Amino acid sequence: MAKITINSVEHDIDGPADMPLLWAIRDIAGLTGTKFGCGVGLCGACTVHLDGVATQSCLVTLGEADGKTVTTIEGLSPEGEHAVQRAWRELNVPQCGFCQAGQIMQAASLLAENPKPSDQEILDAMSANICRCGCYQRIVAAVRHASTGI
Amino acid sequence: MLHFLNQAPQPAEGFTIAKVSRRGFLKVSGAGLALAGFATTAEAFPRWPHGGHAMPHGVRTDPLVFVRVDPDGTVTLVAHRSEMGTGSRTSLPMIMADEMEADWTRVVIEQAPGDEPKYGNQDTDGSRSLRHHIQMARQIGASVRHMLAHAAAAEWGVPAGEVAVEAHMVRHGSHEAGFGDLAEAAMALPVPAFEDLAFKSPSDFRYIGKGKVQITDLRDITTGAAVYGADVMLDGMQVAVVARPPVVGGKVKSFDDTAARAVPGVSAVVELPHSIPPAGFAPLGGIAVVASNTWAAMKGRDALQIEWDGGPHAGYDTQAFLAEMVATAEQPADTVFRNQGDVDAAFAEAARTFGQTYTQAHMAHAPMEPPVALASVTAEGAEIWAPVQSPYACRTDVAKALEIDPAQVKVNVTLLGGGFGRKSKHDFAIEAALVSKAVGTPVRVQWTREDDIRHSFMHTVSAERIDVALDGEGKVTAWRHNSVAPSILSTFAPDGGHQFFIEQGMGHVDMPFDIPNVRCENGAALAHTRIGWYRSVSNVPRAWAVGSFVGELAHELGRDEKQMWLDLIGAPRVVDPVAEGYPEDFWDYGEPYQAFPIDTGRLANVLDMAADAIGWGREMPEGEGLGLCVHRSFVSYVACAAHVRVVDGTIRVPEMHFAIDAGFIANPERVESQLQGAAVMGMTLALHSGIHYEAGAVVESNFHDYEMVRADNYPENVHVHMVPHGFGVHSTGVGEPGVPPVAPAIANALFKATGQRKRALPMGAQV
Ligand code: FES
Ligand code: FES
Repeated sequence: MAKITINSVEHDIDGPADMPLLWAIRDIAGLTGTKFGCGVGLCGACTVHLDGVATQSCLVTLGEADGKTVTTIEGLSPEGEHAVQRAWRELNVPQCGFCQAGQIMQAASLLAENPKPSDQEILDAMSANICRCGCYQRIVAAVRHASTGI
Repeated sequence: MLHFLNQAPQPAEGFTIAKVSRRGFLKVSGAGLALAGFATTAEAFPRWPHGGHAMPHGVRTDPLVFVRVDPDGTVTLVAHRSEMGTGSRTSLPMIMADEMEADWTRVVIEQAPGDEPKYGNQDTDGSRSLRHHIQMARQIGASVRHMLAHAAAAEWGVPAGEVAVEAHMVRHGSHEAGFGDLAEAAMALPVPAFEDLAFKSPSDFRYIGKGKVQITDLRDITTGAAVYGADVMLDGMQVAVVARPPVVGGKVKSFDDTAARAVPGVSAVVELPHSIPPAGFAPLGGIAVVASNTWAAMKGRDALQIEWDGGPHAGYDTQAFLAEMVATAEQPADTVFRNQGDVDAAFAEAARTFGQTYTQAHMAHAPMEPPVALASVTAEGAEIWAPVQSPYACRTDVAKALEIDPAQVKVNVTLLGGGFGRKSKHDFAIEAALVSKAVGTPVRVQWTREDDIRHSFMHTVSAERIDVALDGEGKVTAWRHNSVAPSILSTFAPDGGHQFFIEQGMGHVDMPFDIPNVRCENGAALAHTRIGWYRSVSNVPRAWAVGSFVGELAHELGRDEKQMWLDLIGAPRVVDPVAEGYPEDFWDYGEPYQAFPIDTGRLANVLDMAADAIGWGREMPEGEGLGLCVHRSFVSYVACAAHVRVVDGTIRVPEMHFAIDAGFIANPERVESQLQGAAVMGMTLALHSGIHYEAGAVVESNFHDYEMVRADNYPENVHVHMVPHGFGVHSTGVGEPGVPPVAPAIANALFKATGQRKRALPMGAQV
């Protein structure tokens, strides 16, 4: 059993301590915006904010997340109007879209820490996230775009 | 039924396009009813023949199937093709809406379940969604506009030809009505015949060709609300993961599930029947662990003790196999597909000869969303929710596996988190149906990334040998290409070791160079795993070989690479496949050849465009180079010009230009995004994508050893140049044809940068 605040709502999650946070979010809290892509910290599809910092939720256990605050893509902005989300829409970034929740959470965390990142800082941060469809050019442009609007 | 394979080659008669003026061919008479502001049929809608009608269940044009107009004016449009990132779920409805004069902001999209008798062919692969359905989408839109105009005319007692339909409104004189007001009367009218339709003049398009429409699911994707395969929830559902035989054709010898059943949350362990190749899309078999959540199912699977029987392919070792294939490719082949002129005589008379061999490893598609499906099987039947590319074939195969009537199966199509051909093969949906039936609750079968990489339907492994004969002036007098690769057919029928007409048509027999003597051969190679199709299919190894070879030949002859391409392509011509010795069953992507001939002028044109755009011929600094490749596939012409820079031993691509001739382009914004994606997938497969087998099992398992291009080293500054065409030049494929020219363009550029020639894919990121 773990107490986790997800998107400002407190959840009592009834699961084993070694369960990755990803599966607790998806299977127990029922929030499906956070995606499973690799399960081992290699793709970033599962990226959420843990106490405000971009974190691959497949690598954090329920035990480790106990008492912490999690923001998922559903909670990034109540109306879906975070600057990063808006930039993603203005640039029509996604193809299949599956990686994009993780990409957006990664970008939002980067800009929260570093509102005016250099190109190299954008590339370094976004390298944690694979996009198999190959939207990188637009992803990088959208992060820049959001950064100027933050 | 496998739509990809059962598409008949178009009849070979009438290979006379070279003699028929294309303009003359296009003239189609039609007595269009001229509604105000709309052109006659023939002007606005040259009715091109295409292969869509030859696909299973063909193309349906009934507006009542695809369009609903509600009294509040909301227009619901049905998307019958699967959305996996190409944008067809946006582009086809957008075309309907434009032709209908519907306001896009008042359109909602509804995804069709798998039902081809109702919707027509739904097999979303082969880069066919737009090219086979653009005319259908316009016809449906024009039909609804016609029906709205006639309903208004009847109500107002005015001639229908004088009624204007514009931007969700219908008007005549002082009369005015919204689509919603007329919906009931309009949709009750008889569906007009094609000949009675008037089409918008392309100059009046609001959305088509503009590239200004956002993709349908954009908002939901950015807020996490978009529904993919693993996002459907049902009451009482459970999750299963499956331990599958590591070797294709293998099976469970014995297993002990005591520890697995002891994992909290695990409710059942189900043995699945194993399949004996050739098994089509039948699941591999193995042991499913069913649990209340995904983590428990995974832990349960880890706790299984299984002894496997490897079966006949337990010795598969790709390193040894590739060496055998190279040896086969470098000997005369036992099978000839194309024979033009006298190749042996030309080689005997040659002033010199030149040849090289190129290889490619297996690849797994690795869509970002691993295979996943939810099934609910009850006494009444089965319902599936899954990210499948071919939902009707899925329905048929699920029915077969459950031994029930296909009418008792419904397949709902979620968004696909990438497909690339993997999700044409719905083994994962069949698994879900079998496990749900066994345990009596809805079950989601979730594949892990390791499952996905190890149990894909692999892109084939290949060795391609090209030899040319040259005369004293360095002109190529003969071309011999021996293509050796296990065939996709082996997944569906006893393996004869040879490629079939679809594989032949993808960059092998359709080699477009103007060379008098050509022989395309196929040495035998048997499959030892499930061979499937991966975005661009056989075009990947063929373009890799031909494109690299042109670069090598240019170097060998001391010629500029672009000039070498142009010399080989020769003067613009429309290829006459009969005169050039093509096989009788030559497959031109399922299209009627007369309408989609190989036009080398279009090929050379895109090469020129890409080369000009990258500044071909400029001096490059040390460690940098430019490379080219042009390739026709999916009846489109795509050239790629790549700039390679080697930085600390790592291959980087700071700039890339594509030029594409895909006929009329309905949604340039999505064409651009598909080619940006092709640049990334092309660079990934050039540098990284190799699946290897040892002792019959796949060595790679996740993204650490099956790497993807990432933001720290991706093709930057990708520019897409599209040849402008009016509606008179019919749309061709876009999803796939960007991929094949990328790897050879990178290899040719790398050679310029470093002097190193790569002949094996993947080439690795380091030099
Ligand atoms: S699923 Fe967590 S990083 Fe890939
Ligand atoms: S949009 Fe498909 S994986 Fe990124």
